[in-house]
Amino acid sequence: MINQNSDIILSVSDLHATVDGTEILKGLNLEVKAGEIHAIMGLNGSGKSTFSKVLAGHPDYTVTAGEIVFKGQNILELEPHERATSGIFLAFQYPLEIPGVSNRDFLRVAFNAHCKARGEDEIDVFDFDDLIEAKLDVVKMDAAFLDRSVNEGFSGGEKKRNEILQMALLEPILAILDETDSGLDIDALRTVAGGVNQLSTTDNAVVLITHYQRLLDYIVPDYVHVMADGRIITTGDKALAQELESRGYEWVLEDHRAGVTA
Amino acid sequence: MANSVSEVSTMATADPREVYLQGLVQTVKAAVPEDLALSNLRSRTELLLKEQTFPSPRQEDWRFTDLSALLAIAFTSPGATSGATTVAEADIADLRLPETTGAQLVVVNGRFSAELSQVEGLPPGAIAGSLRTLATQLDPDQLTDRLAQASGGHDVFTALNTVGFGDAVVVWLPRNSVVEPPLQIIYVSQPETHPLIVQPRCLVVAESGSALTLIEDFWGEASDTHFTNAVTELWLDANAQVTHSRIQREGSGTFQIAKTVVTQARDSQYLGTAIDFGAKLARHNWEVYQTGEQTTTQLYGLGAIAATQHSDTHSLVALSHPHGVVEQAHKAIVDGKAHSVFNGRMAVAQKAQHTSASQLNRNLLLSDQARVDTKPQLEIVADNVKCAHGATVSQLQSDEIFYLQSRGISVSQAQRLLIYAFAMEILDRIPLVTLRSRLAQTIAQWA
Repeated sequence: MINQNSDIILSVSDLHATVDGTEILKGLNLEVKAGEIHAIMGLNGSGKSTFSKVLAGHPDYTVTAGEIVFKGQNILELEPHERATSGIFLAFQYPLEIPGVSNRDFLRVAFNAHCKARGEDEIDVFDFDDLIEAKLDVVKMDAAFLDRSVNEGFSGGEKKRNEILQMALLEPILAILDETDSGLDIDALRTVAGGVNQLSTTDNAVVLITHYQRLLDYIVPDYVHVMADGRIITTGDKALAQELESRGYEWVLEDHRAGVTA
Repeated sequence: MANSVSEVSTMATADPREVYLQGLVQTVKAAVPEDLALSNLRSRTELLLKEQTFPSPRQEDWRFTDLSALLAIAFTSPGATSGATTVAEADIADLRLPETTGAQLVVVNGRFSAELSQVEGLPPGAIAGSLRTLATQLDPDQLTDRLAQASGGHDVFTALNTVGFGDAVVVWLPRNSVVEPPLQIIYVSQPETHPLIVQPRCLVVAESGSALTLIEDFWGEASDTHFTNAVTELWLDANAQVTHSRIQREGSGTFQIAKTVVTQARDSQYLGTAIDFGAKLARHNWEVYQTGEQTTTQLYGLGAIAATQHSDTHSLVALSHPHGVVEQAHKAIVDGKAHSVFNGRMAVAQKAQHTSASQLNRNLLLSDQARVDTKPQLEIVADNVKCAHGATVSQLQSDEIFYLQSRGISVSQAQRLLIYAFAMEILDRIPLVTLRSRLAQTIAQWA
């Protein structure tokens, strides 16, 4: 929901980033305010996923220029876990399997890390069990999943639901969903989208990274951005996504090239 | 004159390893008390040793475990006549498990300590204690049939133990007897001013239909040079069930060479867990011989070593009857410049049809200088069997760490969590809650 008076949560300016010496992000600008839902679309290799990993602080990526300001603080110097406890959450495109670590323990350790960062006491095992049982409803997940190893043997849809469960638990200020919809059947997509909608408030913001307009039927974005060659080349509203769905990306890229050369 | 020249030249060409071994034989014989002469067994075994030499890395079995450092050390035995080494109750109080109260046997430098041991409420006919004091309660023929009679007894260190053990723990369960609570044997290594070789020995006989949970805890905390050469023989008669946890946390100056040999008769079930945290150099030969059909064998091993520690597990499961089930998982966490060795041999003979066996070896390297050598060795002659095996050597996965970090967990906490998870898959097999949680604590603090 757009409200011009809302606080700016994220401000990315002229962001350049490389991986193994190759520049992937080439001057990306984006501003996200509280209450907003942004969708970033684009072809494979346009830098969408790189952007999400750079926001979360993945060590394989090096920021060579520009800045990322989150809630007024430049976060480039922060470790990934510090970004997380300050309120940034990345739902992974391919959530990792961690054999031997139960989902319940993982979630509790993560929750307690957030408590600790806020200067609060850690939650005890029994209170945590009550808390997490309540959160299961958000993604309609069976409690049995809590006692399995993190994501081990989960189906694609179960892994994505588990990501949203973590989001529900950690209550981020900025959630970045990296292709959370890819590979989901329609029921799982509805469940995941329903969870995100339920968690979306006027105080937080969501950035959806996706290939498919289909997700945007379930989570309605305030802004739709198109990325190409490491930059956002155009921004519109929901209608832009529908146009991309029917006409493809080529016309946007051509308009952009025409604009650049003009 | 000519005679003496030829003697000198013979000595000059004598292999120093042979000389050293014969010296060890003489050393360990000094530990034998008069009341445990067992002269037939010991002299026969000594003859076997005459034809052997002290292992060198040129032997395939010892390729990755070099014992050459021992050659420079003149070990002495805790003599048969000298006073027994004692240990204060306070030093071992933390090792006593609440689950084994009333069923704890303590051995100090290979000698049974009656003062520190307590065994109450055994079922009728069952015995547990020192061979020296219990020998009169045992049928001598039965003892002769079991003691040092398992396969593999001619291995050099096993034979050395047989020649010179000064006492033995004997646990003997008559037919259908069930021992509760679990029985704990604490073997304390207490180095002295001169480097000692001590030889704990244990004989467990579970007659048909009997059941036992056994914990063997090898412990020491001194950094002085010390050599523990331990042998444990377990006999599982038909339909017997033994759950066995072996914990090795010797002091940092200790060389431990150990043999655990399990002989399984038909329908018996052995669940073994071996944990290696201690010692400067540890070698565990873990051997299982099947003597009847439909046996179940589960072997779980975990090593966690750092600095310059060396830990070597050589396992052998020899199947010669049908319908055996074997499940083995061995894991190692290797930090610093430590070196972990695993050799897992499974021999499935022609008669062992319908065997189902699996073996998994996973190694976690925590430093660039840590080293792992792993070798699965499947020798399958039978044609109708299922045998699966796999071995992996990996580091902590940076992607897994980043995933945990992205949820607010610090790098160091993420590493601890992953190491803990790796270890718990094995520690979870230990049936005693207190022991399991104490070992888990060691792992949690370790990373």
